[in-house]
Amino acid sequence: MPKLSVEDLAKISERVRKTTLLRDGAGRAKITVHMGTCGIAAGARPVMSALMQEVEKRGIQDVILTNSGCAGLCSREPMITVEIRDEAPVKYVDLTPEKAIKVLDEHVIGGNVVQEFVLARGSEKEA
Amino acid sequence: MGIQDTGKYRLHLMLCAGTACVSNRSFEIKKAIEAELKKHDLENEVAVVLTGCNGFCAVGPVMTVMPDEIFYHSLSEENIPHLVEEHFLKGRPVKELMFTPPAEESVVPKMSDIGFFANQTLVALRNRGLIDPENIDEYIARDGYRALAKALTEMTPDEIVEEVKESGLRGRGGGGFPTGLKWSFCRGAEGEEKFVVCNADEGDPGAYMDRSIVEADPHSVLEGMMIGARAIGARNGHVYIRAEYPLALERLELAIEQATEYGLIGENILGSDFNFHIHITRGAGAFVCGEETSLMASIEGRPSEPRQRPPFPAQSGLWGKPTNINNVETWATVPVIIDRGADWFRTLGTEKSPGTKVFSLVGKIANTGLVEVPMGIPLRQIVYDIGGGIPNGKKFKAVQTGGPSGGCIPAELIDLPVDYEHLTEVGSIMGSGGMIVMDEDTCIVDVAKYFIEFTNDESCGKCSSCRDGSAALLAILERICAGQGRESDLQLLEDLCVAIKDASMCGLGQTLPNPVLSTLKYFKEEYEAHIIHKKCPAGVCKALFKYKVDAEKCKKCGVCFKNCPSGAITWEKKQVAEIDQDKCTKCGICQEVCKFESIVKE
Repeated sequence: MPKLSVEDLAKISERVRKTTLLRDGAGRAKITVHMGTCGIAAGARPVMSALMQEVEKRGIQDVILTNSGCAGLCSREPMITVEIRDEAPVKYVDLTPEKAIKVLDEHVIGGNVVQEFVLARGSEKEA
Repeated sequence: MGIQDTGKYRLHLMLCAGTACVSNRSFEIKKAIEAELKKHDLENEVAVVLTGCNGFCAVGPVMTVMPDEIFYHSLSEENIPHLVEEHFLKGRPVKELMFTPPAEESVVPKMSDIGFFANQTLVALRNRGLIDPENIDEYIARDGYRALAKALTEMTPDEIVEEVKESGLRGRGGGGFPTGLKWSFCRGAEGEEKFVVCNADEGDPGAYMDRSIVEADPHSVLEGMMIGARAIGARNGHVYIRAEYPLALERLELAIEQATEYGLIGENILGSDFNFHIHITRGAGAFVCGEETSLMASIEGRPSEPRQRPPFPAQSGLWGKPTNINNVETWATVPVIIDRGADWFRTLGTEKSPGTKVFSLVGKIANTGLVEVPMGIPLRQIVYDIGGGIPNGKKFKAVQTGGPSGGCIPAELIDLPVDYEHLTEVGSIMGSGGMIVMDEDTCIVDVAKYFIEFTNDESCGKCSSCRDGSAALLAILERICAGQGRESDLQLLEDLCVAIKDASMCGLGQTLPNPVLSTLKYFKEEYEAHIIHKKCPAGVCKALFKYKVDAEKCKKCGVCFKNCPSGAITWEKKQVAEIDQDKCTKCGICQEVCKFESIVKE
């Protein structure tokens, strides 16, 4: 193992940045894949795997990928919710792995909502 | 290097593997989780990361699920299959395993919303629960070794000393001596060979702050020592760690190994002209080795007895060379001061006591654990906002700080700001950070006796005042608790204490009278109850109370009779039970098993 220089410290930081961001709960964007029983039955797991692989492949560091339970609209699963910092959450429906990657590419990275897959913008009201 | 790379996982399960949670089967829980993950094909999505002590020891084993910060507690292997399926697969966090704070009615899922965590300010414990202490990359990613780089490439040794002086950091081991000043003495001392030492002996009963830091974040201590060594001009560091901390020792050794592989320990560190090597010495069970001159004697292989000072270690320490000794928590705080600056450090705490302090909050308190708070915080906030108050509706009586060298702070002083000056003013000390909470069922005379028993046992024996003085104190306290106290005892105790403080050579002897003096000051009536009225108001001293059956409440069920291990209860069907005081050993089982609260202490 070569001895570290001062610059190497920053490189290691960068390499592990994804871990640090995830544990600090920071990150520019968050993608939630809904994986209640309905979601899983409809194919949410391949969507999750596809997103994970794509994020890894492209070396994306500042996006948090997580799952949650059923969002409530079981007939339109698989669904994901995209939250970009300081913007309203966007819900996408009837997804496949390919469509999810398109959302990652055009919305999360590119900043443009993919209209054809969108259900709605905003969150539900709480009681 | 076998380091786990967690970057590609979407969920990180930060599972506490501090000694307390490990003894409650954290390692087995990890295996159970990994087996379940495999069953559900989740092993490439979810990472189990063992961290050091997360602080909330009362409810361990604990786990925080990131990125959503969901806090789970009191885990066991039985909960795991359900947890993995519900939360990690289906995304539905499990309510039954979440924490309900004492004052609340429902669960609080997120760690940062729970009062115990929300009211703390982490500096020395900045990485706790967030990194794998066996992975140096994770320490580096959270700004680790950045302060060392700055110290080696952008600062001169004098500038480093100045920065630490400016920060106002004071020794966190208990003495509270200004750290920067101590460093400047050692830096200015004559001699080519110098040493830095880390005191990880942590002998105070109930204190485990240092153990936690070493288990959770060993590199923070190493980095601090290296910065200190650079400032002082030392090439070698020694860590003195007590033998009773095997897990901490293991993590420390691994940290040193990993740092050495990266060239962060050795020759020409980070490309500079700084060379540094580190050595570990294990203690062998003597409390006196927490005292610096005994500690050094132990490292040198000599009998661990204190010696006269002057000369102080800064002038003549290990093997007669200038040596700077600091506590684990002090060393762990140094990198943050260098990284963020003395001015930043001074924004926390008070003017004379800047920064934060780690306390082990234990005893009769709802949220037992390790807490770090800014200096000057009112004691009330620690006991109620963080600690969750006294359980079972009992009345708060006092807090003991500073371990066997400290004193009691009674309930009426609950708004006392917690810093070096105020604690000393009221007759206690900051000490290393042990904070033992007591309620109405704690006998204060018994507490004083407990501490004197401890220090008497641990006295090295060199000074008659400490060795025989503590034995005399103990004999008097034992007599008092056995109901044979005399009125003259109160004055005798005080006189003895003053003499012991005056004549003993080291801190052990000089401070051992503090628990007695402070309890005499604030709880004189309790001593008088024991001595004059032969009563123990808290119901602890066995010779001074009896268990009695309240004939009016007794339901004549016979449960007490059936459970008494000494055959001291007489009972027949449809008759009130009676306790034979000659046979009763005061074990208390009868009171515990009685469902009608008919057995009382009097």
